[in-house]
Amino acid sequence: MFEQWVHSQVALGLGQAAVVCALALAVAWLGHLRKLQLGRETAVALLRGLLQMLAIGLVLVWLLKGAALWSVPALAAMCAAAAWMAHRKVHSVPHAYWLCLRAIGTGSAVVIVAMVLAHVIPYKATALVPLGSMIIANSMNTCSQVLERYSSDLKLNAGRVEAALALGASASQAALPYAKNSTTAALIPSLNSLRSLGIVWIPGFAAGMLLSGSDPVYTAIYQFIVIAMIYAASGLTALVAAAGYEGAAFKEERLVAQP
Amino acid sequence: MQATQTNESARGDGAMADRKPLLLAEGVRREAGGRVIVREASFSLAAGEVVAITGPSGAGKSSLLRLLNRLDAPSAGRVLLAGTDTGALDVHELRWRVGMVMQQANLFPGTVAQNVSYGPGLRGVVLNADEVEELLRTVGLAGYARRDVAALSGGEAQRVSLARTLANRPQVLLLDEPTSALDEAAKRVVEEALRAAMAQVAGACLIVTHDEAQAGRLAQRTLLMQGGSLGDPHV
Repeated sequence: MFEQWVHSQVALGLGQAAVVCALALAVAWLGHLRKLQLGRETAVALLRGLLQMLAIGLVLVWLLKGAALWSVPALAAMCAAAAWMAHRKVHSVPHAYWLCLRAIGTGSAVVIVAMVLAHVIPYKATALVPLGSMIIANSMNTCSQVLERYSSDLKLNAGRVEAALALGASASQAALPYAKNSTTAALIPSLNSLRSLGIVWIPGFAAGMLLSGSDPVYTAIYQFIVIAMIYAASGLTALVAAAGYEGAAFKEERLVAQP
Repeated sequence: MQATQTNESARGDGAMADRKPLLLAEGVRREAGGRVIVREASFSLAAGEVVAITGPSGAGKSSLLRLLNRLDAPSAGRVLLAGTDTGALDVHELRWRVGMVMQQANLFPGTVAQNVSYGPGLRGVVLNADEVEELLRTVGLAGYARRDVAALSGGEAQRVSLARTLANRPQVLLLDEPTSALDEAAKRVVEEALRAAMAQVAGACLIVTHDEAQAGRLAQRTLLMQGGSLGDPHV
């Protein structure tokens, strides 16, 4: 209905954002009535989200018109921000930020570079930035989940871990059940995405491709490729994060972490 | 503050202390979080000897024990096993040779047999059913091999933990308050298992307990630890 009164696309977007914000605030108000006190947090989160996306939109305007090479620092900055958000789960671990940066950076970079070299991701900013950001965001979630689960499992099972060490197990052997649990659990969302692709959900990315006139069958295949890339990056991130945490939690085959 | 007392009623004789030490701690110190937990502890264990360390809670008894198999790193001093500095030994080999039973059983999920076989399995040694059964018989749990550890009582679990440590055939057996989490009846049963286990260990046993009566029942010598210090450094 906005199109009738608003001709600028930006103004249209802001009007639509106002409608959805009103809806979210109404939900928060319902929460307030049930004494859930969601109002302030919701309002702050909505405002913050809108401002962040506006800023990103402005950056994208400049970036998408520029050379593909500018995508590299942009994606690196996204990795740095993702590592900052993920490291808060294990801030007590020494060098947690670098641990997260290494995991997210490795998982994302290996997949993005490999896919660009294989011409699966076109070497242009309009493809690199959106696809790269999806990969990095999912790697960040995986990294957080691995570290949170691994650290809490080691804390809960410190006695068993030390019992294994006292029997002559290496740190990797003693921690294996917990490394396995944390990586498996963290990869469940990515695996579920792969399994349910086309049945339970069709990724939003498909809509853009269809709107831009891509062949529907190619669009469907490309959705699978995107989700598979996300899974590969998440898997690699999980492995690097688990190995990194193990390195921080044990020293000379002693459990030193107090997560 | 004196640290040593000979328990006449316990097995063995005083001559054991004169033998060449199997385990020798020299000025072992542990600091953590800016606090001294163990102060220059020195003592020796001869082959065939059973020694108890007693003292109040927080005295540093368990912390001292953890330095002997390098579950914690000493800040100073050294520990010799059969004349070799344990710092120079491969840590896995050290822990196979210096076995430890902890206050809690800390069994791994699975069956009793899987737990007992764990240590040898790390070295690629597969225990057969008879060997597992023999170890379980030593701790009074014959016929328990296929039971799920989740179904065991506290005393049974602790005895499985003991059998699991014995499976590595350690030269030195460290026992860290092995009965403190048990009721009186279970404690007596575990003590019986400990006696049988001690008889099996070719080397020496060091038991940490806050129960002086238990120390008297199980050990030939008792060392007293207070405020992180073992009184006599030349025991």
